[in-house]
Amino acid sequence: MTQPLEVTIHFEHVHYEKNSSFILKDVTGDFYKGKITTIVGPSGAGKTTVLKMCNGLISPTSGDIIIDGKNINEFSPTSLRQYVGIALQNAPLIRGTVYDNLALPMTLQNKLLSEKKAISTLEDVSLDMNILYRDVHNLSGGQKQKVSIARTLMNQPKILLLDEITSALDPTSTNEIEQLILSINRKYNVTIIWITHNLGQAKRVGDYTWVMMGGELVESGESSLLDHSTNKRIQQFVEGKA
Amino acid sequence: MTYTSLALTLAFVLIPLILSKTLKLGLEKDTIIATVRSVIQLFFVGYVLKFVFDSESFFYIILMVLLMITVATLNARKKGKNIKGITWKIAFTLIVIEIVTQGILIGFQIIPPTAQYIIPISGMLLGNSMVLSILFLNRFTAEIEANVEIIELILSLGGTPKQAIHNQLINAIKTSVIPTIESQKTIGLVQLPGMMSGQIIGGADPVQAVQFQLLILFGLLTTATLSSILIGFLSYPTLFNERMQFITHNLSQKNND
Repeated sequence: MTQPLEVTIHFEHVHYEKNSSFILKDVTGDFYKGKITTIVGPSGAGKTTVLKMCNGLISPTSGDIIIDGKNINEFSPTSLRQYVGIALQNAPLIRGTVYDNLALPMTLQNKLLSEKKAISTLEDVSLDMNILYRDVHNLSGGQKQKVSIARTLMNQPKILLLDEITSALDPTSTNEIEQLILSINRKYNVTIIWITHNLGQAKRVGDYTWVMMGGELVESGESSLLDHSTNKRIQQFVEGKA
Repeated sequence: MTYTSLALTLAFVLIPLILSKTLKLGLEKDTIIATVRSVIQLFFVGYVLKFVFDSESFFYIILMVLLMITVATLNARKKGKNIKGITWKIAFTLIVIEIVTQGILIGFQIIPPTAQYIIPISGMLLGNSMVLSILFLNRFTAEIEANVEIIELILSLGGTPKQAIHNQLINAIKTSVIPTIESQKTIGLVQLPGMMSGQIIGGADPVQAVQFQLLILFGLLTTATLSSILIGFLSYPTLFNERMQFITHNLSQKNND
């Protein structure tokens, strides 16, 4: 018997306006606990805005975001950001070694990261322990992205937000990262929201998909909707005409 | 110096004018404007100072210092116009610097509390503080613009605004203070400082002139450090809101996909 879906993040009529133009228009939708939801849509659709809102980096102009039954504003900003981790586009790393980057979330809480824990985290993201003290400038794109994901995982988030984490990677590294995220999802039952430009990837890794266009949530549902949508705009987008 | 002698020094203005004209540098108009402005401004200040010195009134001393603070604030704020309330932050910083420096100088009876000492020393220290504030604000804005991603990253991992902006703040403070420290290392070896030269030309004992110059140099160290630290720590909270969100829209236009 399949378990009923549990909503972990709910968007209720969320609007976001910046410099007098709407970035998000009346977005209402759900992300489900323990599932991977991919967000697809053309540039300027408001995808990153949705992710940054879940992590509390920006707030809606109007509307509500409910996380595990609690309004997002009831969380303190720091505890929300530890609960909902985000791996940002381009995998920004601080200057220094891989260890310095992995230790960053702990340093921010005035804690120390043990070498043992750092190594086990590297293993979690399929990185060799020998790179622990390597300067981050000497890492490949795929390694940088894995370090960025590992760093986000240091806070043990219940929800993991991924912003186009494979857009700059070659097919082999992309495949490695996909497998890594799937294993993190299974191993820790982490809810994952993953923005991707790659529709094949959205279908491969996603249980559910949000299709966003021009700041609106056009359709959401199981990822197979990308193949069977009756919505003309989505059909055009899937065919590469939007 | 007689007015005839002063008129003869205009030869120093004629030389660049002739060269500019000959080489078609196009600097004649600006050179003339600069010359006329400096003559009018300095004579005006000279007569105002003479009036204040003669009056021996503390009220006029305070008025002069307030005028200096106002002009310095209006000049420096242009570089930080994206930071909310920057005018008052700069004004507050300059007032603190004035109180601290004059407090030490007068409190320890290093100088007598007269216009002849307070006004020129205030002018030098506040002027330096204004330049330092401009340097700091330039550097701070540039540091933030170049590191928006890292600032956002630290916030996204649960860091506080202070943690998120710490490196940019420290870099900007160091960058704006270092020139003051460096210039003091070679002072006297490359060029004689303006105030000391003026005193020596005016007939003062060179050792006495050095003593006053050292007073100013030590004061500059305090003003340089205090002004960038005060403006920095007063400014950075305005870049974040109560939800610890980085307000980027004043500094850069980021993609909002």
